[in-house]
Amino acid sequence: MNAAATPAVDEQLALDHGLTAEEYALICGHLGRTPTFEELGVFSVMWSEHCSYKSSRAHLRKFPNSGPVVLQGPGENAGAIDIGDGMAAVFKVESHNHPSYIEPYQGAATGVGGILRDVFTMGARPVASMNSLHFGRPDHEKTSFLLGGVVGGVGGYGNSVGVPTVGGQVVFDPGYDGNILVNAFTLGVVRHDRIFLARAGGTGNPVLYIGSKTGRDGIHGASLLASSEFKEESEQMKPTVQVGDPFTENLLIEACLEIMAGEDVVAIQDMGAAGLTSSSVEMASRGEVGIKLDLDLIPLREASLTPYEMLLSESQERMVVVARKGGEGRIGEICRRWGLECVVVGEVTDDRRFTATFGGREVASIPVDALTDGAPAYERPISEPSGRRPALDPDAIADVGDASAALVEMIGSANLCSRRWVYEQYDSYVGANTVVQPGGDAAVVRVRETGGALAVTADCNARYVALDPYVGAQHAVAEAVRNVAVTGARAAAISDCLNFGNPEKPEVMWQFSRAVEGMSEACRVFETPVISGNVSFYNDNQGDSIPPTPVVTMVGIVASAAHTATSAIVRENEVLFLLGGGQPQLEGSEYLMLRHCLTGDAPPPVDLGAEIRTSDLCVGFIEEGWVQTAHDVSDGGLATALAEMCLAGPGIGCRVHVAIDGRTDQALFGESGCRILLAVQEELALKVEDAAAAAGVPLQRIGATGGNRLVIERRSEEASGPLVVDVAVADLRRAWEKTLPEIAAGPVGESAAQSC
Amino acid sequence: MSAPKWGVVVFPGSNDDRDTLYALETVLGLDAVPLWHASSDLQGVDAIALPGGFSYGDYLRAGALACFSPIMQAVTAFAHEGGPVLGICNGFQILCEAGLLPGALVRNRDLQFICRTEYLKVESTGTAFSCQLEKGDTLAIPVKHGEGCFAVDPDTLASIEKNGQVVFRYAEGAPNGSLDDIAGISSEQGNVVGLMPHPEHAVDALLGSTDGRGLFESVARWLEGERGGATAAAQGASR
Repeated sequence: MNAAATPAVDEQLALDHGLTAEEYALICGHLGRTPTFEELGVFSVMWSEHCSYKSSRAHLRKFPNSGPVVLQGPGENAGAIDIGDGMAAVFKVESHNHPSYIEPYQGAATGVGGILRDVFTMGARPVASMNSLHFGRPDHEKTSFLLGGVVGGVGGYGNSVGVPTVGGQVVFDPGYDGNILVNAFTLGVVRHDRIFLARAGGTGNPVLYIGSKTGRDGIHGASLLASSEFKEESEQMKPTVQVGDPFTENLLIEACLEIMAGEDVVAIQDMGAAGLTSSSVEMASRGEVGIKLDLDLIPLREASLTPYEMLLSESQERMVVVARKGGEGRIGEICRRWGLECVVVGEVTDDRRFTATFGGREVASIPVDALTDGAPAYERPISEPSGRRPALDPDAIADVGDASAALVEMIGSANLCSRRWVYEQYDSYVGANTVVQPGGDAAVVRVRETGGALAVTADCNARYVALDPYVGAQHAVAEAVRNVAVTGARAAAISDCLNFGNPEKPEVMWQFSRAVEGMSEACRVFETPVISGNVSFYNDNQGDSIPPTPVVTMVGIVASAAHTATSAIVRENEVLFLLGGGQPQLEGSEYLMLRHCLTGDAPPPVDLGAEIRTSDLCVGFIEEGWVQTAHDVSDGGLATALAEMCLAGPGIGCRVHVAIDGRTDQALFGESGCRILLAVQEELALKVEDAAAAAGVPLQRIGATGGNRLVIERRSEEASGPLVVDVAVADLRRAWEKTLPEIAAGPVGESAAQSC
Repeated sequence: MSAPKWGVVVFPGSNDDRDTLYALETVLGLDAVPLWHASSDLQGVDAIALPGGFSYGDYLRAGALACFSPIMQAVTAFAHEGGPVLGICNGFQILCEAGLLPGALVRNRDLQFICRTEYLKVESTGTAFSCQLEKGDTLAIPVKHGEGCFAVDPDTLASIEKNGQVVFRYAEGAPNGSLDDIAGISSEQGNVVGLMPHPEHAVDALLGSTDGRGLFESVARWLEGERGGATAAAQGASR
C-alpha cells in the first residue's frame, strides 16, 4: 500500500460514501482541514444512520429506561436487569434486514453472531436466542428462497455456536416483498458484580485484538447497505454482507468468559457494525479517553488489505479488549489455549483522539467527540399521512357461513399455521435449561442460580401499527406482557427493534414518532423499561416503505421454575375460562384480511390498566399452581386460540359455548387485547373464580376440555345451543401442519397460499 | 464398587459437554471431570462420554478432525481395553470416524437439521449403556442433528443386526433416513455405544423426559459385572 494509491478526498467522494454535502462541510470544520481518505471512511460509518441514530436520537429519549430492576440501560452493548439473588439478565435485539435480503443465509447467521457478541461482551453467558422474521407474501417468487436461507442461517449459526434458539415470530405480508426483516435477540445471564462495560480507561493500557483475522468482507455494510433504500442495483452489494464462522464464535464465547472471570479486563467490545473503527471509538468515547491503533499489527487474511479496508472491515468474530497493563500475557495465554489470535494493536491515550498509523504514517487522527457527540442529529420533518383507510362497512361483507371450514382455513393460513418447520431446525435443548420449548406464547429458560426462570417473547402486529402507530405499538407491548404472563412470568423489561422505512419521508417519521410515543406510554404504565434496542430505517424497496414494525422483545421473570404454564391442553375434563374483558372486533383482524382482503380503519383499542390487572391475575394463578394451561387470545381470535390450545397438546379437544349477539365471524375470529384462555381442574375452578371476582377482572366459564373434537356452540338458555363449529382436532392438525413446509418448498405449479 | 467416575471430553466446538457434566454431576450425583482434547490424560476415569456439538466446527465432515486429537488416541486405547465409551450425536460421529464403531453418519434425508423429541425402542441390553434398561422399552429422548442418517454397507448391516449391536431404534420411523431406523449401535463387545439422540437432555423432569437416565446408570452395573468376571456376551445371553 502506498499513499499515492488513495483517491483524492473531495465533496463528491464524500457523497459516494453516503454523506451529504453539509455533513462533509461539518467534517472539514471538525478537523480544520480536508480529511484523509481513511478519515473520510471513518466518518462515513460513524455518522451513518445505522451507527449514529441521527434521525432517531431525539425521539428515543422519550423511552422510559430506568426503574428498580434496571442495572444497565441503553448506551452499552446490551441492557441488564436484576433478576434476584445477585443475578442479572442481559439482553438485546438487533436488526440484520438488508444483508439478509441480499444473502439470506449469511445475513441471518451473522445477525445471530453479532447479537451473541453484544451479550457475552457484557460478561454474560448467552442462554437463549430468538428472532423475529417478517417475509413477503407466501407465494412471492423470492419468499421460499429467503425463508429457507434465513432459517438455515439462524440454525446453522445458532446450533453450531451452542446457544439454544427458543422462539420468536414468523410473519408473512406483501409489505415485506422487497425488504424482509430479520431481528435477532439474545439473552444472557451473569452475576451483578461480573457485568463488564465498554469504557476504555487508563492511559498506556494495551488495546488487544482477539478472534478472527480481518478480511475484506462487510466493508460499508453499516453505511451504504444498512443506511440507504434498496434499489435495483442493491443486489450488487452482496460483498458488503459478512460471512459467519460459528466455530470461532463458540471459542470466542468460552475464551472471553474465561478472560472476564479474571481481573485483567478494563473494557471489552465486539467489532460489529463498522468494525474496528466503531468499537475503538465507542470505547474511547464512553471512557473519555483516546485510542491509538497501529494498523501494521492487525491480523490479516490477506496482506494486501489497505488501512482504509482495515478500519472499515466488518469481518465477524472479532473483539477489542482494553487490558490492565501487564494483564495482556494472561489474556493471551487463555486465547492461545482456545486457539484464538490475540494481538496488542494499540494503547489508550489521554488526548481523546482516535489515531491510526500504518507504515509509520498517521492515516487518521480525529477527535473522538467529533465522531460521536459531534455527529449530526436531525429533527426530520414529520407529517401525518393524509386520507384515512376506508372504515369497515360490515353490511358489505357476508358473515362467516360454514365456521368449521373457516377455522380450518384460518389455522392453515400462512400467519397462523404451525411454526414447527422453522423451530425444529433450531437446537432448543442445548444449555439444559429450556423449561418451555418453542411453539407457544413465550419460551421459558431456567436460571439455575436463582431457582427461577426467564420468559422471552418477540411481538409486533404490524397491521395494527399501520392502522394506528400509537395504539399499534402499545398493542405490541401489551401482547408481549400477556405472552410472558401466560407462561407464569411477570413482565420486567423490553428491548425494541424499530423497523421503519426511509426517515427522510415525513410520513415515515410520523409513523416512527407516534409508535415511539405509544410504546413509551405503554412501557411507563407496565413498568417495563426499554433497556436496549436498535433502529432500522431505510426499509424500502423501489420507494415503497415496509409496514411500520416496532418489534418488542420482552423478558419476564418466573418466580419458580417449577411453576410455569404452556398453551397445551393436556388433561380431559378441565374447566375452560376466558379471562379479561377484551371485546373482539373485525377491524385489523387476520380474518378480515384473509377472507376479505380488508383492514378497516382502526386496530382494537388498548386498555393498559385492564391489561395489567388481567396479566397479573394470570401470573398469580400459575404461581399458586392452580393453572398449567394458559394461552393469549390474539391473531385469529377466540376460535383460533382454542384450536391452538388443542394442537399444542396431544390432541385433546374441547367443547365451549360462546355468546353470539351479532356477527358470528366477529365473535369467533374478531380480535382484541386483554383476553386469556385458561384450563383449570374442576376442584380449583372456584378458587380461580373467587380470585377474579376479588380482583374485578371479568372471567367467563366457557366450557371444558375433552374428546378429540373442537366444538363451539352458541350460548343459549337451553341445555345446549346450536353448534357453530364442530371439527376434529386431527383435521385441524392436518391443515395446521402442511402450510409452512409448502411455503418453504416454493410456488411449484399451483401457489402454496392465496394472498390479497 | 464405588460409583464410576466419568470423563466428558471437551473438544473445541463441543456444545453439550457442559450439559453432559451437569447431567452426570448435578442430576445423577455422579463423579465427572472434563477431559481436554489436547491432553491424553484420562485422569483415571471409569467411563467416558464424547458429547454433542460441532467439534472443530465440523466444517469438513462431522467428527473427521476430532478423531485425530490426542485425547482420542487415549480414548481408543481405553475402548480397546474394554472401557465403557458413550458417543452422543457428534460423539457417535467421532466414534465412527475413529473406527470404534462401524458405519457412518451422513446428512439427514431431508437435508435439514432436526430438533425434536423422538421415541427410541431398546433393542439390546448387552451393552455398558443399556444393561439397566429393559428390551422393548420405549424412551422419549430428544434428537438434534443435521448429519444423523446412519449408513453402512449391507454386509456390515446384516452382521450388526445379527450380533445384536443395534442398541436403539427409532420407534416411529427414523426422522433422518437412518438404515433400519437405527438410532444407536454398539461395538461387538458392547463397551462402546454411539447414538444420535441426547440422553443427557432427558434426565431432568423439569425439562421434559427422564428416560435418558438409564443409559448413564447402566455403567455401574456393567462395571460390576466385569469385576465379577462376567463377559459382555454372557450378560447379553442372560437376558
